[in-house]
Amino acid sequence: MISLGKYLIFLGGLFKKRERFQVYLEQFFEECIQIGVNSLFIVGIVAMFIGAVTCVQTAYNMVSPVIPNYIISTIVRDMTVLELAPTITCIVLSGKVGSHIAGQLGTMRVTEQIDALEVMGINASSYLVLPKLMAAVVMIPMLVVLAAFLSISGGYLAGTITGVINSHDFLYGIQYDFIPFNVPFALIKSVVFAFLISTISSFKGYYTRGGALEVGQASTQAVTNSCISVLLADYLLAQLLLN
Amino acid sequence: MIEINNIKKAFSGKEVLKGISGKFYQGKSNLIIGSSGTGKSVLLKNIVGLIQPDEGEILYDGRDFSKPAAIQEIRREIGMLFQGSALFDSMTVLENVMFPLKMFTKMSPQERAERAQYCLERVSLDKAGSLMPSEISGGMQKRVGIARAIVMNPKYLFCDEPNSGLDPQTAITIDELIQDITQEFNMTTVVVTHDMNSVMGIGDHIMYLCQGHKLWEGNKDNILDTDCKELQEFLFSSELIRKLKS
Ligand SMILES: Nc1ncnc2c1ncn2[C@@H]1O[C@H](COP(=O)(O)OP(=O)(O)OP(=O)(O)O)[C@@H](O)[C@H]1O
Ligand SMILES: [Mg+2]
Repeated sequence: MISLGKYLIFLGGLFKKRERFQVYLEQFFEECIQIGVNSLFIVGIVAMFIGAVTCVQTAYNMVSPVIPNYIISTIVRDMTVLELAPTITCIVLSGKVGSHIAGQLGTMRVTEQIDALEVMGINASSYLVLPKLMAAVVMIPMLVVLAAFLSISGGYLAGTITGVINSHDFLYGIQYDFIPFNVPFALIKSVVFAFLISTISSFKGYYTRGGALEVGQASTQAVTNSCISVLLADYLLAQLLLN
Repeated sequence: MIEINNIKKAFSGKEVLKGISGKFYQGKSNLIIGSSGTGKSVLLKNIVGLIQPDEGEILYDGRDFSKPAAIQEIRREIGMLFQGSALFDSMTVLENVMFPLKMFTKMSPQERAERAQYCLERVSLDKAGSLMPSEISGGMQKRVGIARAIVMNPKYLFCDEPNSGLDPQTAITIDELIQDITQEFNMTTVVVTHDMNSVMGIGDHIMYLCQGHKLWEGNKDNILDTDCKELQEFLFSSELIRKLKS
């Protein structure tokens, strides 16, 4: 509870007394590379496999002859777009991006680099965290879109290679009974997740006290806390937006 | 001149600073000495505003440091060298020194680089500009820290244990550098240290802290004649000082 309050105060502090826009812009592009480009590989691999597994397992579970085959790819589509692409991608990013952010800020804290910024009169939390937050909110939804696309491709590949569904049925199935709202819903989710991951990890890193050991602990806590909050938010958003 | 009046600070009930007053003079190296854990770093952080004192007043040439209007102005006039140098490890040495210029001046990149290069030359590191902080030695990091601290032409320079973890020879070089810069730019310099070489070398003005109290104030010429018991014990634990005294 106390740390929730501190977290909210921390968030408020981000928007007080900002520096020149130019300064943020440079940092922003650097963070985009760190958070976005450097996560492409892991996100891509995870998404492909999730799609492939979903397709093969759905086919395995559908034994009834009355259900047409194309429903397999409809299920793959809905599962990935609605849930797997945003949530699994963000869980993976909680680990990758979260530990990176918390480790970086924690190290800066214990080596007095944050104090050095403050002595110069820079609002260190805003200078360090805002670019990360902005980069996360821009890049993570893009990664999620990519993940959704790759998951469906993974499903297609696995389905056609193993022969559980043919190419024509798969392509028909992914267009069948499509609910357009699912796409903005997935994007809203990923923006919320991006906000949670970047701010929670920053918060954990920023308030590290001690030395190298505590930086490691802060990283771990950043990852676990971001994961839990992503899952919680996932549930709440589903309740809120799908009813 | 910096003047502090009755500074008190407690951390979760534990009193660290128990009412400290004193003055730090312009153009002099003002030392704060005392054994480990007596609150020297905490006092320094209070003075530069990294920690808010519970009580007391800090005046920079008469300007109250707790007034928001004054804080911004004074911050621009402060340079600080941290105990662990605190260089930004994602930037090169030159970028570190240029950083304050980039944030606070309208200089062109060319002018910034020139000014930063000048400061690096001042600390005899003109060839290290393109290296990363992790690629240079501890003593060099301290010197880069000094270069970064003076790049904005500060009126006030603060150094937290500038020569801890260095060999005696390098330590003396750093001390002399601080002393030279202080006199050259007529700065008000405050140095936290427990190095006896520094005390005897650059102690223009010395304040001795013990368990949160200021027990003695003076300079390197009269410190050996002190009649403060705690300070005597602190000083004469050093073999060197014992020899000097006898
Ligand atoms: N942020 C903090 N929270 C709680 N206690 C603190 C904090 N900072 C310092 N202290 C306590 O204040 C006391 C004085 O610490 P300080 O760092 O000022 O010592 P010092 O005189 O600089 O020692 P050293 O010479 O070893 O650097 C210590 O007992 C320390 O535990
Ligand atoms: Mg200290």
